[in-house]
Amino acid sequence: MNDHLDCQQLLSSISDFVDGELSPDLCRQIEQHLTECENCRIVINTLRKTIDLYHHQPESEHLSQEIRQRLFLRLHLEEFLNRSSE
Amino acid sequence: MTVESIPEISLSVEALRKGDRHELARMVDLYSDKVYRLALKFTNNPQDAEDVLQETFLKAMRALPEFEGRSSLSTWLYRIAVNEALMLLRKQKPDMALETPGEEDDSEESASSNGLILADWCCLPEDELLSEESRRFLDEAIQRLPATLRSVFILRDLEGLSIRETAELLGLTETNVKTRLLRARLFLRQQLSRYFGERLKQWEQK
Repeated sequence: MNDHLDCQQLLSSISDFVDGELSPDLCRQIEQHLTECENCRIVINTLRKTIDLYHHQPESEHLSQEIRQRLFLRLHLEEFLNRSSE
Repeated sequence: MTVESIPEISLSVEALRKGDRHELARMVDLYSDKVYRLALKFTNNPQDAEDVLQETFLKAMRALPEFEGRSSLSTWLYRIAVNEALMLLRKQKPDMALETPGEEDDSEESASSNGLILADWCCLPEDELLSEESRRFLDEAIQRLPATLRSVFILRDLEGLSIRETAELLGLTETNVKTRLLRARLFLRQQLSRYFGERLKQWEQK
């Protein structure tokens, strides 16, 4: 494999790279490329940040009582509505 | 969190298949939060998400006698929910790009370095990145993804499923999932770069 990786090649591996799924050899080539290429550094940092921000989405906790109630009615399970949810 | 992380040991699949109503109610309580949240991510609309929620459990209850247990119950429910969500989106926008041409090709074309926005907005302060307005933008940006890419992104990056789980759930190969994930992430990076690039300019002028 060519030791010198261009921006286009980096871009097609970028997703696997941030997931840590590339071979050590390819990782090394990418890291080498990143030391020399400001643009690719920005792309990779902003890609990581993008994924991070989506990971930080607040988890909405529980269904509201109204939604749960309508669901149980629709499923004809209304007799179990008053049981505390587990 | 993965679909596997819900304790389903406490449910009796045997009872569910026989239509035991008490057990069905327990199943609904155990999985409804997750199904609703997933639906909300797909549709970005509480009413639509509730429709998907109801349809998912209706379908599941009808299909349970046929459930063979080849996948776990949670994966099975997730698959129904994803299909319901996609079906609803398709109904609302029949012209929606469900298949994006050429996506099974090498990712070269889609991942072209031409036209990449190169604003380095990582340094923006957290309260800017995590503001309510930014959150709304993030949610809307997902809705701009073609449905095929959106499914992969939601399951992998929002729900935290593995590549293998995502592939299994959507009936895709792992290579396919990776290609779509790459395209989805680059698309969203581009959207966020446009948005936060503007923020960055304003912030630097302060």
